[in-house]
This record gives sequence, C-alpha cells and structure tokens, in this order.
Amino acid sequence: MEFAELIKTPRADNVVLHRPFHAAVEGTLCLTGHHLIFSSRRRDNAEELWLLHSNIDSSEKRFVGSLGTIVIKCKDLRIIQLDIPGMEECLNIASSIEVLSTLDSVTLMYPFFYRPMFELVEDGWRSFLPDKEFELLSSVTDEWRLSCINRDFSVCPSYPPVVIVPKCINDEELRKVALFRHGSRFPVLSYYHRKNGMIMMRSSQPLTGTNGRRCKEDEKLINATLRPGKRGYIIDTRSLNVAQQARAKGGGFEQEVHYPQWRRIHKGIERFNILQESLIKLVEACNDQSHNMDRWLSKLEASNWLTHVKEILTTACLAAQCIDREGASVLVHGTEGTDSTLQVTSLAQIILDPRCRTIRGFESLVVREWLQAGHPFQQRCAQSAYSNSKQKWEAPVFLLFLDCVWQILRQFPCSFEFNEQFLIMLFEHAYASQFGTFLGNNENERAKLKLPQKTMSLWSWVNRTEELSRFQNPIYEANSLVIWPAVAPQSLQLWAGVFLRWNRPSKYLDEAQEEMVKIINYNKELQAKVKVLRRHLAELEADERMRENP
Amino acid sequence: VENVRLLDRLSSRKAVLGTLYLTATHVIFVENGSETRKETWVLHSQISSIEKQATTATGCPLLIRCKNFQVIQLVIPQERDCHDVYISLIRLARPVKYEELYCFSFNPKLDKEEREQGWKLVDLTEEYSRMGVPNNYWQICDVNRDYGVCDSYPTEVYVPKSATAHIIVGSSKFRSRRRFPALSYYCKDNNASICRSSQPLSGFSARCLEDEQMLQAIRKANPGSDFIYVVDTRPKLNAMANRAAGKGYENEDNYSNIKFQFIGIENIHVMRNSLQKMLEVCELKSPSMSDFLWGLENSGWLKHIKAIMDAGIFIAKAVAEEGVSVLVHCSDGWDRTAQVCSVASLLLDPYYRTMKGFMVLIEKDWVSFGHKFNHRYGNLDGDPKEISPVIDQFIECVWQLMEQFPCAFEFNERFLIHIQHHIYSCQFGNFLCNSQKERRELKIQERTYSLWAQLWKNRADYLNPLYRSDRSQTQGTLHPQIAPCNFLYKFWSGMYNRFEKGLHPRQSVTDYLMAVKEETQQLEEELEVLGERLANLQKSQLGDIKVKSKQQDRSKQLGLSTSNNSLANTPQEYSNDLKSFPSRSPSQGDEEDSALILTQDNLKSSDPDLSANSDQESGVEDLSCRSPSGGGCLPSEDSGKDSDEAVFLAG
Repeated sequence: MEFAELIKTPRADNVVLHRPFHAAVEGTLCLTGHHLIFSSRRRDNAEELWLLHSNIDSSEKRFVGSLGTIVIKCKDLRIIQLDIPGMEECLNIASSIEVLSTLDSVTLMYPFFYRPMFELVEDGWRSFLPDKEFELLSSVTDEWRLSCINRDFSVCPSYPPVVIVPKCINDEELRKVALFRHGSRFPVLSYYHRKNGMIMMRSSQPLTGTNGRRCKEDEKLINATLRPGKRGYIIDTRSLNVAQQARAKGGGFEQEVHYPQWRRIHKGIERFNILQESLIKLVEACNDQSHNMDRWLSKLEASNWLTHVKEILTTACLAAQCIDREGASVLVHGTEGTDSTLQVTSLAQIILDPRCRTIRGFESLVVREWLQAGHPFQQRCAQSAYSNSKQKWEAPVFLLFLDCVWQILRQFPCSFEFNEQFLIMLFEHAYASQFGTFLGNNENERAKLKLPQKTMSLWSWVNRTEELSRFQNPIYEANSLVIWPAVAPQSLQLWAGVFLRWNRPSKYLDEAQEEMVKIINYNKELQAKVKVLRRHLAELEADERMRENP
Repeated sequence: VENVRLLDRLSSRKAVLGTLYLTATHVIFVENGSETRKETWVLHSQISSIEKQATTATGCPLLIRCKNFQVIQLVIPQERDCHDVYISLIRLARPVKYEELYCFSFNPKLDKEEREQGWKLVDLTEEYSRMGVPNNYWQICDVNRDYGVCDSYPTEVYVPKSATAHIIVGSSKFRSRRRFPALSYYCKDNNASICRSSQPLSGFSARCLEDEQMLQAIRKANPGSDFIYVVDTRPKLNAMANRAAGKGYENEDNYSNIKFQFIGIENIHVMRNSLQKMLEVCELKSPSMSDFLWGLENSGWLKHIKAIMDAGIFIAKAVAEEGVSVLVHCSDGWDRTAQVCSVASLLLDPYYRTMKGFMVLIEKDWVSFGHKFNHRYGNLDGDPKEISPVIDQFIECVWQLMEQFPCAFEFNERFLIHIQHHIYSCQFGNFLCNSQKERRELKIQERTYSLWAQLWKNRADYLNPLYRSDRSQTQGTLHPQIAPCNFLYKFWSGMYNRFEKGLHPRQSVTDYLMAVKEETQQLEEELEVLGERLANLQKSQLGDIKVKSKQQDRSKQLGLSTSNNSLANTPQEYSNDLKSFPSRSPSQGDEEDSALILTQDNLKSSDPDLSANSDQESGVEDLSCRSPSGGGCLPSEDSGKDSDEAVFLAG
C-alpha cells in the first residue's frame, strides 16, 4: 500500500492553528504518511508542529460556510484545532487523518520507517538482556536458574524466551505448572530482596475451577521459594468475590488446604474498561473550562482515577511490606498476570530497590516487568482518553503505573535519579512513538515482527547524554533505603504534569525548575573550585615546608 | 498525672505511655521512654475544644482539638484524674482577661531596647510613603486622632485630599460602625487605588450627600479614570437582607460614576461550618479516596477559597489593567474586605511577596484596620459564633498562589504556618485585641513582644530558595489561572494535617535546596579564604627562583584535569578542613556519605529557631513535628511497621 493514495491533499495553505494558551498561528499544513506537519510562515518566529498520526486519538470536522475546522485530540491528551479554508481540502485532509491514524497493520507504523538522525552509541535492544540480570542475581544466591524452556515461545506465548525459576524445579515440572496456570504463565522470579533474601514471584491465576483442581508441581514450585519454617504471602490483585467468580470460568485461586504455608490476601485493583472509563471521565473533567469548584471536585471524585492510584499503591506497599518487614516471600497474581500483577510487582521494586530509582534501573524495570513480562502494550495503548470505541482490551494500565511512580517521586523528591519529564516521556512513547520498543503485545510478537532488526529502540535514543540531561533530577541524592510512600487520600494528588499539561501555562513551573538546576550547578561549580584551590594550597604549603627544611 | 497514654491518630495500636503535666501556660506530655523522652507541648490558647469520652476498660479518653489543627487523644487511667484535667483545661483554655494570656508572661530574654526595636520593624507610615502617599491626591486625615470618629480604625487614615473633615465625618455617619472609606492600597504607576469601608446605611432609600461626595473624591483622586468600582464582597441576597435593617449597598442611581458589583463571599458563620466540615474529613480514619474528595467538596472550603481569590483577582485587574480605583466593602468591612484587599495587594505589588512586605501587609490590612483578632480566633473566652477562620483563608490563598508561582514569593510554606500558629498562640502581642485602640489602652507594645521581630530574626528558615527578585513572576502583577482545573486548587495537607507527618512528602525540596544554598554560601566563604591564603603564599614565594614558579604554573593548569597525582595531601589537612566545614567536605570522597551528611545537616538547619528555643518558646515541640525529623526525612527503617500495616491492610 502506498501512503500517497491515502493523501489526496498533501498540502494546504492559510491554515490557522489554535491551541490553548497560545495565540492562533497561520501557516501551512502538510500531510505525510506518518506525520501531520504544520509550519507557520512568520519569519520572525518560525514554528513547526510535528504530530504523529499514531498520536491522534480522535478527530472531528465541522464546517462554517466553506471554512472547515478539524479538531484533533491526541493520545498525549493535547487538543488542537485547525481551520482549513476550502471545503474539499478540508474533507480530504480529514479523511486522510482518519485513515492514517487508524492503520491496522503494525508494519506500516512509523517505527518501521524512522531513520534516526543521531549517532547510535548503544543499541537499546541489547541494553537490558535477561542474562545480565541473572548474572547479578547469581552473584548473591545460587537457588535460581535461568530456564530456556520458552525458547520458541511454545510453553507460554506471552513470556520471554528465558525466565528465572527455582533451581530445584526442572523444565518438565515447569511444563506441568504451565498447564495449571492461566495462559501458561507459571510463577517466575520477579525480584530478589538482597537485604534479607526474600523474593517476589508473579504468575497468572491457577486453574482450580469449581472442583478445586490441584497441581503438585505448582505447589512444589512455589514452596521451593520458602525458607524452612517460614510462611509466604499470595497477593491476589482481585477482590475475593471476583476471584471466586473466576472459578466458574475455570480460573480461581490457591486453596489453603493445598498451600498451607501461604496466606492469601485479596485486593481489589480494577481492570480493563473500568480503568478506561475512569481515564475518559478524568480527562473530560480536566478539560472542562467552567469555573465551578463543586463541579470540578465532584467530577474528579466520580472519575475514580485517584481511587485506582490509591488501590494500586496500597497493594504494592503491602507486597513490599511482606518482603521487607515480615521477611516473607510473596507471589503476586490476578487473572492473566499481565496488568495489575505487573503494576504491583514493579511498584514494590521501586519501593524496595534503590536501583530501580535510577534512570537505567527504571528502564531495566520497564523492560523486565512490562515488556518482557508480556504486558500487551499494543492492545492497551491503542486508544487513549478520547477514544469512542468500546473495545474491551484498551486500558491505561501503564499510565496508572507511571502515575503511582510520580506519586512516590513527589513524596521522595530527592530519591529518584529521573524527573517527572522522564515519566511523561514514557507515557507518550507507550502510546505513539518513532521507536519500536512499545510495539507488539509480547516478546513473541516482537520477535516475529523483527523489531530489534527493523526499528530503533527507545533506549538507544534516551540513553544518550544529550537526551539524558533533560530527564535528570537535579536534586537526586542516592538513597539506599526502602521508601514507604503515604497512601492516605491527603497524600495523593492529581498528576497535573500529564492531565493538566495542555490546560495550564507551564512558564512559572519551568522557571522554578530552571532555578533549581541553577542553584545545584552553582553549588557544584564552587565545590570543584574549592577542591582545586585546596589542592594548590596544599602543594604550595608542601613546597614551603621543603624550602624551609630542605 | 502519670501513666497517661497518648494515642496515635492514624493507628490505634500505636500509643505511648507518659506523664501529663499542666502548667499555667501549657499542657505537656512527656513520654516515659528512658532515652528520648519526647515531649509534646500544647499552649492553652491553642486549645479549641476538649472532649471527654465514655470511660472504657483501659481508662478515660480525653480528646483535645487545637486551633492549629493538632488533635491529641489521651487516655487517663483514673476517671477522677481525667475529670480534674478536663475541668482545669476548660478553665485554662478560656481565659477571661487579657492579662492571663501567654504573651504577658512570655519572655524571649530581650532587653527593653530590643523589644522596642522589634515593634519598629513594621512601620505603616513608611509603608504608605513607599506606596507614594501622601501626595497631590491623598493625605493623612487627623479626624480619627483620638478614635473620635471610628474606634475600630487606626489613628492615621489616608483619604483623598478633596475629602474635607466634614465629608469624612458625614460619610462615617452613613456607614456601619462608622467605618468610612479609607485608602488601603495606592498604585503609584497609574494613580488607581483600593479603598475600603463598611456597608452604607442606605436601607431602602436613604442617601447621604457627604458619602456620595466621599466616593466622588476617591474617583477624582484618580484623574485617569471616569468611574470607580464599588465591590460588595457579599452574596447579593445577604446584602439585600441587610437593607431591611437599614443597611445595605450603594444605589448606582445616587452615586455618580460608580459601577457596582457583587462578589459572593459567604459570611463568617458559613466559613466556620465549612472549616469544621473539612476538619471532620481530615480526621476520618483511613478514608477512601471517594470519602475524602466527596467530603472536601461537601465542605465547600475550596469553593470559598476560590471566591476570595476571584474577588482579589477582579480588583487587581481593575487597578492594574483598567487603571480604575475600587472601593471594597462587606458588612462591617473587617473580614471579607480585609481578605480581598490583601489578596489584591499581594497580586499587584511584588513587595508584599517579600518576607518584610508580607508582615507589612498583615499589619496594614488586618491589624491596623481593626480585624477582630480576639473575637475571630477566640483568644479570650467569648461568643463562639464570633469565631471564624478569616485570616486562615487569606493565608491559604497565599499558599495556593505559591503553588502556582513557585518563584514569586520570598518566603516559604513554613513562614505561613508559623504565622497561622502565632495568630492563635497569643505568645506575641501583635494579634491581641480587636482594634488598635484596645491595644494602645493595654500598652501592648510595652508589655509584650512582636512576632515580626522573632520571624525576622530567624528569616533564614523562612526563605524560599527558588525566589529570585529578577524573575518575571517576581515582578509586576500576578495573573493566576482561575478555572479550578487550570489552577489546581489543592487541599493543603501541610496546614490542616500538619501534625500527621506520616501523610506528608518525606523529603522536602525546599529544605534540600536551602541546605544546598547554605553550603554554597560556605563554599563561597572558603573560596575567599583559600584565595587569600594562596595569594599570601605566592607573595612570600615571589622572591624565589623562576623555575619554581614555573612548576607552580604547571600544576595550576593541571588542577582541574588530574586529581590523583597531585593529591599528595596528608590526611591531617583533610581533618582540618573537616573541622572548619563540617557540613559535607566536598573533597572527602564517597558520594553516598556526603549525601547522608547533607540530609542530616539539613535537619539541623531546618528549624533552628524551634530547637534553639525549646525551653522558652511555646508550641515548640508540636511545631517541630512538621519539620522533617529523623524518620521523616530519611525515610524508612523506623517509619513503623505497625502503622504501615494498619494503613495498607485497611480496606
């Protein structure tokens, strides 16, 4: 297919662009296969706006006489309006946008066409390989092994080729366990807590069904992670009610009789369309320009977004608490083990492990606990808050995770190497990107699409010094401790950086950021100067002494 | 009373055993723990209510709610003791004479001269001349010299030059409590002004020539504009109801060239109930997000804050952009009028966003114009219906602005919280009584100390590290966003939950930056000292042979790039450095160590005024609770398993 066929009007002049908090600008609109490009002709202040078609969540057109208007709502929550003179041009452009922003085929997406303009220093596709992770692990414990059982994705289609499992469980047993777990997602190691050797595993629900099936190998596997005489916790991310209902569909939860050493705790983290609707309501409230305080608060409340944030954070804190305070091993699962499970395991690691609070550590966490763990990014992030489609599998699961990270970052502003911008950048790229990192639903699909060969990794771009400087937190001081966030409603806030990003002028907040960087840099500069002078002085004094007593 | 248990509000399982002491001025709870013996001090004047609850098996619970939003739950083993404590506290918390208040016994060990100096720190005459009055249009009138015209006004009042004594007196007779229109803020750049008064006694048809002339005079004092705004800050319905009582609002037909405007800010009773409702929400044990947001909305608190802010924004816009003078009033012109005038001034004039300027602002719009501190904040036992968080709302407006303009204010959140604390504490004389007249009669300045001097002395703790006077947001008028979703009105947990430190961010950017800035300053000093020493050494070596100096030059160039070779420093010298610069010697290796040192340092520096005065200043312990304490700032190990569990497992 040629993109040119879809673009009947590739260029329109005298188009007026409207954005909140910016004066309207007149300029030229160009459509390419992947971008909508607007450039203003004003010589004094040339301005260009590049918008990926895949970033467009929805578009509407309307006409007043022959002046057409297209309102474009983006997945990053921005809303822009284009006034295009000429009915035909406007219709053509609108229909091109409509088609180009909803292309079905992954291989037509921009990452397959993108040619980077920067020098490749490090191939991001190879930055976070599981072997490296395992090497680190084996330096502290020998109770685990790397299993290649899923080499060709035949055991579990949503798992990566290699996984970390207890040493005493062989591949044959793993196969049996896989049959007992939803989508074959058998329990694998998610995190090893160096401080006390406790671990966190994740899986999907066991297929106990209504007649209480059991699987000896499954019991053996998870019991293998317990220290003698110790108990563990199974954190089921569903409420007891939901978990019980799942039995009717062949799913279920671990029965006490078969897992006597484990205590099960149910938490109610919502999924799928409930989250999607919550996002839609929240964004609608944020875009409501009416000046009424009551409406704002009740809409914020009705969206339930912060309730979800609170529930996810609370569950993650609970998991972290079991590991760090109770000295117990933890298994986390919900139904499929691809959504709420990952929110919990990844947030618990941020709380427990200082490494996850560095830039590279956080990237590695996203790779391990989201990409390799098989969070179906392509399904979940296909549409954002302005979508009209009611498809069941779209859900802002990853955005909620980022929101929770932001909440912790806000409470521990000096403990993270990255800043809020880093999280916002990940949000944007998860929904629309020139990089292949978030394409596909699991490693299996990524391998089939040959993404590492055909597309550029987001990490290759981010981890260059030029880009990194934008994402570094100026006031970071490594903090080796466990950080316990507060989860009371008073302690949680709406993430204005994402949800009010396009609805408020950022100038004053940017200035504050700049000032902060300035203060820190000046301090560092002085430190360097003092260091040099001290050394000098020491040398001179040494000389002096030499002269005095030759 | 011994063996009293102090309960933790967030978790009923965590309670500490200790001894309760009642002194003439404080309630003191001392923990039994042999090492820490943590003390909790509460000033009697901070107590807003005491509640004795039903006796249980463990003892008799006593609930003390404070005006600074602290809630203390005690369990006293013996019913009889509890009753005694209850009775004593009820009496102690409600003094009937000013002389019983703490400020008359509080002595910060300053001599008489220092005390007088302290009172001179804020000088309103100086402030008016800073604004540019008296001038061709405005003058001081002396009709109120001995409070003869209006006893709740100050002696020195600024009025338009064309307003004669006859007009002023005539106008005052037509205004509630004789609070005639007087100048609050004058804008030098365009002659526009903000004036304030009480409501006119217009009833349904009454009019007063002098009052009409007074408003004319205000308009004439701003030759650039042909009308003035008259802003009635009450809801229209309230104002209309007042007409039946012979009061009311200006009739546009009677006054030439005015534009009349209602801005619906609710009265003190609505505000009192609203705060009450919000505090109930804050006190909920492990509320869900919906409970909290619904309760917050239902309390209406943020709606009221927004109404006050909107009024301020309207006035600031009229003055700065339209160049039109504004007369503001409500009923008596001492509550809503004070809020609105001060918010508008703050938006208009960067000076009020400095520490000194903010003190001046409170002195000008609140203290001097007879805001009834004693009645509103219940310093003396009085009518509970007079109590209302009027200035608290103003302080919150400032905080909301600080959130939106992080570089615009010279002071930080702690400054606001400490001012709020002392408005209720009665530890300083500033906020005593209901008017200047009463304060003069009590000889407050001779018998008590000024809070402003105390705050000014410790100003280093109240600095906003991000403030720079050359920032665009620091200068000129602030233009806040007004839609609730644009300008995210937030719940101020730093104030209303300020004693629940578990709810707050565990690390403070402000404290961190303050510590860095302090260190920077030390580095600057060290740099200078080192530079001098270097120069001296070089001078003494000047006579030496050239070869040697060449060597030095080379080492100078190498300075930045190499670090190991030339570092032939002896450990001895490092420790010297460490002695003189204890806060994080940069040359001393390990990054992580220095990080820890910095944070600890930051602890020490964060509230020195409090720790230093812990024996003499009241409310010390409770205040220091909000500063990042050991467990708070360095998150973690001791943050308490029990409380975590309680929180996470709940629900």
